[in-house]
Amino acid sequence: MTQTRYYRTRSPEPEKEKTGGGGGTAMRVIVPLQGVVQGRGGLVLGSIIPCALFYFLQFYLKRNRDDPDDKNESNSTGQNPTTRSPSSEHLTELPGLTRSLSRALLSPRNSGPVSISARVSGIVKGGDSPYYMGLKRLKEDPYDELDNPNGVIQLGLAENKLSLDLVKDWLAENAREAILGNGEELSVSGIAPYQPFDGLMEFKVAVAGFMSQVMENAVSFNPSQMVLTAGATPAIEILSFCLADTGNAFLVPTPYYPGFDRDVKWRTGVEIIHVPCRSAENFHLSIAALDRSFNQAKKRGLKVRGVIISNPSNPVGNLLNRETLYSLLDFAREKNIHIISNEILAGSTHGNEEFVSMAEIIDQEDTDRKRVHIVYGLSKDLSLPGFRVGVIYTFNEDVLAAARKLSRFSATSAPTQRLLISMLSDTKFVRTFITTNRERLQRMYVQLVAGLEKMGIKSIKSSGGFYCWADMSGFISSYSEKGEVELWDKLLNIGKVNVTPGSCCHCIEPGWFRFCFATLTEKDIPVVMERIQKVLKPVN
Amino acid sequence: MAIEIEQPRVGLSKVAVSKTHGEDSPYFAGWKAYDENPYHETSNQSGVIQMGLAENQVSFDLLEKYLEEHSEASSWGKGAPGFRENALFQDYHGLKSFRQAMANFMEQIRGGRAKFDPDRIVLTAGATAANELLTFILADPGDALLIPTPYYPGFDRDLRWRTGVNIVPIHCDSSNNFQITPEAMEAAYQSAESMNLKVRGILITNPSNPLGATIQRSALEQILDFAVNKNMHLVSDEIYSGSTFSSSEFISIAEILETRGYKDAERVHIVYSLSKDLGLPGFRVGTIYSYNDQVVTTARRMSSFTLISSQTQHLLACMLSNKEFSENYIKTNRERLSKRYDMIIKGLKKAGIECLKGNAGLFCWMNLSPLLEKPTRESELALWKVILNEVKLNISPGSSCHCSEPGWFRSLKVTNFCTADHELSSKERDHLERSRKKIKEVDGSGSSSRILLFSLQFLQTCFEVQFRWKKMSRTLILRWMKVIVEMSRYLRYRLTKSGRVNSGSLGEKH
Repeated sequence: MTQTRYYRTRSPEPEKEKTGGGGGTAMRVIVPLQGVVQGRGGLVLGSIIPCALFYFLQFYLKRNRDDPDDKNESNSTGQNPTTRSPSSEHLTELPGLTRSLSRALLSPRNSGPVSISARVSGIVKGGDSPYYMGLKRLKEDPYDELDNPNGVIQLGLAENKLSLDLVKDWLAENAREAILGNGEELSVSGIAPYQPFDGLMEFKVAVAGFMSQVMENAVSFNPSQMVLTAGATPAIEILSFCLADTGNAFLVPTPYYPGFDRDVKWRTGVEIIHVPCRSAENFHLSIAALDRSFNQAKKRGLKVRGVIISNPSNPVGNLLNRETLYSLLDFAREKNIHIISNEILAGSTHGNEEFVSMAEIIDQEDTDRKRVHIVYGLSKDLSLPGFRVGVIYTFNEDVLAAARKLSRFSATSAPTQRLLISMLSDTKFVRTFITTNRERLQRMYVQLVAGLEKMGIKSIKSSGGFYCWADMSGFISSYSEKGEVELWDKLLNIGKVNVTPGSCCHCIEPGWFRFCFATLTEKDIPVVMERIQKVLKPVN
Repeated sequence: MAIEIEQPRVGLSKVAVSKTHGEDSPYFAGWKAYDENPYHETSNQSGVIQMGLAENQVSFDLLEKYLEEHSEASSWGKGAPGFRENALFQDYHGLKSFRQAMANFMEQIRGGRAKFDPDRIVLTAGATAANELLTFILADPGDALLIPTPYYPGFDRDLRWRTGVNIVPIHCDSSNNFQITPEAMEAAYQSAESMNLKVRGILITNPSNPLGATIQRSALEQILDFAVNKNMHLVSDEIYSGSTFSSSEFISIAEILETRGYKDAERVHIVYSLSKDLGLPGFRVGTIYSYNDQVVTTARRMSSFTLISSQTQHLLACMLSNKEFSENYIKTNRERLSKRYDMIIKGLKKAGIECLKGNAGLFCWMNLSPLLEKPTRESELALWKVILNEVKLNISPGSSCHCSEPGWFRSLKVTNFCTADHELSSKERDHLERSRKKIKEVDGSGSSSRILLFSLQFLQTCFEVQFRWKKMSRTLILRWMKVIVEMSRYLRYRLTKSGRVNSGSLGEKH
């Protein structure tokens, strides 16, 4: 129905020339030369490069205009895939030119494609990392026991479906009343008008209660130190905006959650300095490595503003013990930097290791409260990523004030907040949910690890999250990132299982893979093992 | 050890400590005054009355009725399909059903004169986020966007704060009813060039906030031509498009593109939201509709920072795809807005106040320059302060919208500060009339009395506009009347007192 909407006829071309103002072509030749005359780099390089690039562009534009299929520019129906969106092709194929500052400044009247900001053009090409490619592949061909038994099985997404039935049952019974109030006073005015962007106070109270409950009441959280956002993603970005300027850096232990590169760096212009953790130390964070990375950054002239840790960690699934947390705080104090502690998996611990929140560490030491900021969310622990609830918890009043203002760009919807206030206030439900969820995670984890071990695949002991961090370095053809990606490709295309290769998480050692098990059912585990076995055999 | 020994406090970023959040302007100060001391018809009658926040509650009853009748929207019944997908749904594309419903709703609002493709709809948590996101995509730090004045005060924060982008105003004035002209655009462009700023785009609000009027077709054509000539982007913020008094009065940039066969479409981006037209700002639903594939792709990725809860998407998808509801809603909402507008205009005229002729939105743009002591920005702010602190009425001064002429104020025509179920009685009218006379006796044409007379008329008008839609008991009305009277007494007292001390500054005829 919407097929012929973008009609690009060829007749308006002469008009373009007119609007381009006095002799478009002549202008185009002169412009890059002007750049040289005004002095930028050596004369030879400075003239050859822009001229060459420029003629390529001319050639390209010309060829493109002559293309008779150039109609029907963009179409989702995909009936004409070869000619889709020539405009975006210009931009991606010749980024150097369209983005060139001097050119655009000198010839504001050129009628070529309109360019987007340099900040984002880098990311346009991104999205072809194995992580995103796997997700895409999965969307096209998802496994289903009955409908699509040969489809791809998802082991690459950190989602928890194990206890969704509990949430579903609760909602089926309570959702309507929770949003609109009980039957008698059906009311839109409680959800429709503007609400505080940083979250309803009642909701903060409910979330604070849930956080304490999840952490076994080791800490109590003060709702007025909280800012709520539409998921943990904006929570991390807002902290990155608040704590660091463009060009500053955060130290982040590797391997880390692939999304950090987007959340911390993309729009803020902040850098991430890797702090490598190694298999020899079971991928535990060492302060020595932290110190080394800090000094390296300093040598590069980067100002380090903080450390970002994930506890329980993603992708490894291990916990930071109390001792490490204390030394981390000492380190931050010594260097006078911030700590962002990402604890979105605090309630998804399984096994018997103790989880210690950074909030517990600073509880006693008032002076250092200002440098610690905790990120939490309901996506993982309540398995509701679709509901978009993230939390910034900080004792730094300045950060709190700024984050509150920034929350207007990523606020949570009021009906969702109302719904969750009711859900989280149902203490019986919450208690059952947390215990059941932990049991189920534990059961799946044990089965997965046992299955992998049978095939000779060892993994790091995990006590939290939905992950199993497995060593498959014995099965890669060459001990390098290339070998790792090859194996990943085989697993995806031959074995039809989507896992996350360690290189996506910036793991320094090749051959490690992240298996997310919380999207599976117990019945799936033998299928997964069989498929992995199929891929591994020929290599052995 | 070498690090900042002299400054042991752990530092924050420039974003966190800078003032570019712009929340120190009168626009936000008025809000703050309201937040600290809000008017309530029973518990706080001397509080500030909010006329500065653009919130549409005229058609809440329709929303309530819908939710009452359609329980499937707000709940997941037992065994309802799709829950699992819904709860886990965090794909930044948004629910297909919701995008489809949004596209249809946008077409409906434009009387079917433009088509929208659901695959080009990028969802964000509110138009605020949509505008910021587009700015991130279209401009680098240090670049500039051109925006016609007067413009929504929040732009200074939304578009500049985190992006580091500058705003260069295109000055429009009352001589041609604040319409945007090619000359004004060119002048703004030149001034940006002279500041060495690279202009990446022009952002228009159509229908305009604060003017409450739509942009004419010819002006839109000129704006698009201008953007093409200068090779820059055109962002059209159309969040009030459903709040025009009739669908034919609003022309979307999408219609212009349609008539031009989508030539130059790649530089055009539309922002829309459900906060104003559907009166649902609490739901935080905004959208970017771009004709540029690259912008769509990038915006989608970037929307990870500002996603809409799947539960809310589900609810709204049900609501909007119900044709009967949406058609009735749009129609009724238009009628109500237009009726209120007429009443307010008439009422203000009685107080000698002229408004810009509007045809859309939730405001009227009042010319209070007769109340100014001097035609300057300072005396505009002085008047605003009197109205805020003494009359306890929060309206937005034109200077906070970067209006180049002093004396213009934005007021909402849609309010919820008072509720009534009958017209003012003759007794109450008499009462008001007597207050007026007394004021005139004290200080016939002095500026203070003129302010007071305006305020009285203004409040009375709002009151009369309001009575039809909401219910309120007789006693509450009487209490409310008392507020007006007390206020006028207070002002009278002030007038006489200051009249004795310094009569010269008060009125011209003293």
